[in-house]
Amino acid sequence: MMESVISFLISVTPFLIDGLLLGFVFGVAAMGLTLIWGVMDVINLAHGPIISLAMFGVYLLTVTLGWGNPYIALIVVAALALPIGMGIYYIAVNRVIDAPHLSSLLATYSVNMMLMGVMNAVFGGAPRNIEYSLGTIQIGESITIPTARLVAAVAAAGIATALYFFLYRTRIGRYIRAVTDNRDAAELVGVPSTRILALSFGIGTLLAAFAGGLIATIFPFTIFEGSKYELKSFVIGVLGGLGNPIGSLFGGLILGVIEGLVPMFLETSWTPVIEFTLFVLILLVRPTGLFGGKS
Amino acid sequence: MTGRKMLALLLLVLALGLVLGACGGEQATQAPAAEQPKEEVTKAPEQPKEESTQEAAEAGKEIVLTIGFTESQTGKYNVSSSRQVKGLKLWIEQTNANGGIKLSDGTVVKFKTVSYDDESSKERVQELYTRLITEDNADFLISPYSSGLTAAAAVISEQYGKIMITTGAASDSIYKKGYTRVYQIYTPASRYLTGAVDIIKHVDPNLKKVAFVYEDSKFATSVVEAAKDYAAKQGLEIVLFEGYAPDTTDFGPFINKIVDKGAEAVLGGGHFQDGSTFARQLHEKQVPLKFVALLVAPPEPDFAELGEAAVGIVGPSQWEPQAKYTPEAAKEMGIEWCGPTNEEFVKAYEDAYNEEPSYHSAGGYAAGLVLGKAIMMADSVDPDAVKEALDNMDILTFFGHIKFDTSEEAHGLQIGHEMVYVQWQKDGDTLKKEVVWPLEGATAEILYPKP
Repeated sequence: MMESVISFLISVTPFLIDGLLLGFVFGVAAMGLTLIWGVMDVINLAHGPIISLAMFGVYLLTVTLGWGNPYIALIVVAALALPIGMGIYYIAVNRVIDAPHLSSLLATYSVNMMLMGVMNAVFGGAPRNIEYSLGTIQIGESITIPTARLVAAVAAAGIATALYFFLYRTRIGRYIRAVTDNRDAAELVGVPSTRILALSFGIGTLLAAFAGGLIATIFPFTIFEGSKYELKSFVIGVLGGLGNPIGSLFGGLILGVIEGLVPMFLETSWTPVIEFTLFVLILLVRPTGLFGGKS
Repeated sequence: MTGRKMLALLLLVLALGLVLGACGGEQATQAPAAEQPKEEVTKAPEQPKEESTQEAAEAGKEIVLTIGFTESQTGKYNVSSSRQVKGLKLWIEQTNANGGIKLSDGTVVKFKTVSYDDESSKERVQELYTRLITEDNADFLISPYSSGLTAAAAVISEQYGKIMITTGAASDSIYKKGYTRVYQIYTPASRYLTGAVDIIKHVDPNLKKVAFVYEDSKFATSVVEAAKDYAAKQGLEIVLFEGYAPDTTDFGPFINKIVDKGAEAVLGGGHFQDGSTFARQLHEKQVPLKFVALLVAPPEPDFAELGEAAVGIVGPSQWEPQAKYTPEAAKEMGIEWCGPTNEEFVKAYEDAYNEEPSYHSAGGYAAGLVLGKAIMMADSVDPDAVKEALDNMDILTFFGHIKFDTSEEAHGLQIGHEMVYVQWQKDGDTLKKEVVWPLEGATAEILYPKP
């Protein structure tokens, strides 16, 4: 009995580790989406193309411009994503921020179409890959972890922690939380809400870009790759609680574990079926998410 | 926002997201450039479009036939498809430069091409082949790359009664639908990976556990199903038989399963992109496999960019530059030799494109060569006469033996051509692709077990 339990644990560990490592990256991708939803009640349909754009940004700097190291490129791309996100906010979202939800949905969808059109014209649909190996880490006999995946998970956890401290330990973070809770009340006490909204959109874009850049260091990608992670972000957002960016990290880990463990017991093609069933169930039973969403 | 409103909005967004995801490839179709036909007349004189080829033939002068096809300039078939088209265009250039094909009535037949970017999408293929036939008046068609796209194109070509030479399309099922004008250049999928099983039995009769991990596509599925049956008959134990979505980039779950099931060999793959990603991730995870054979990707010269991850990977190839098909071999077989020798083809291709030809390139060239030979045999450009010539064709070319099934059940299926198996091996600091199977054509001993 004991032997079979140990044997099962040995079998399950590689599946679990793979899932958890990817879960951190999924979590950061979803944090961008949920932060924007939480602060301004806008579902950002440009989230996927921004992830793709960041992948190509890292590719351009690393391969085309010959920088060689994708992690330096990733920092540059993420830094550029902040003003780009703020720009998108001022151009496409600010004017419809108080309009019915459909308006902001269409506005961000338009940004999605524009970004996809530009990427299609510039990069085409061909797959790209960044050849940059960090080797592997061997733990025992049965566990081999590609270092790039471990670095991606650590970086994702790092930026999630930084976001937590930013939101809970800085003045601007408190402004963001104040606008999230009640924008009118925040304005009454002097919080510059438009600038805070733009900054939040920028930070959401930065997080999406950071996740996109990390994914580009471990998997090949096309301009359509971001849409996969956008869908995952919705599921994670609901798991962790929409409007709760820190909850998203846990949502990402849950999704990662599902993606890691389901293939052990079922055909891998069942994974999205289980994920989206969970998505609908949580919406029905606990619409604020497992970790509580925006009140 | 109330919970109900939020629920409705999220479901709306999810539905929209799923539609967008599903139509990912379609977004690319909006690019205006994709709608412009790429028309190329290669060293062939202008010909008024109004004049029918039949009338021209009767007048005994020069005619220019239009060869229509689509190319996957974007999307996942990009690498293989562009090589295939380069091969075809090389044949057209050479044929036109050599004065075209001369018929007995003095008519000189030259060729031009009309092509579009199919974006590796089936929907685009059907739309574009209809356009090639009805608007661009293509006289003969060459298939797109891949079985899935060719199956879509074949419906259209057969519907309009056009002859289509298929290359890059190995799936058997395309030729078992009762079509009468679709002709296959490649060895069919059912004979694609069976040689890999023979290699395993030859090098390690004690190897038992085999995993099949393959792309969930028409081509790969028909290959592995045939290979699985063959492997089972040879006494191998199939420990895993699972397909992956064509856009898979994370093979982690499959690799964990391969390790968990204790597989000693992996057969599968699908096309270039997924196959090379799979090989890379197998290497990254240092999976202790003795033998790996993947479809399509390993024979491609670009596969060497994987470096260490490519070493030891075996792949079936329709053709290799070292292949030993010669006019002398044709004589021994008692059949006619047609076209350039292997060396002549490789040199012409390298001169034209400054790169080594892959089997896709050779397949593209062979498609043109077979069409040209059929016109010569028919001594006419009349489609019925060309069809009869294709039915009777039995030739040896640099690409191999070409002969088509003429039975009702599998008309057009290739029955003459055979696969060779390559393996990437280290040659000092560089990687070299060696032919390892069949033994009589091998250029090196197989590296076993795989490092």
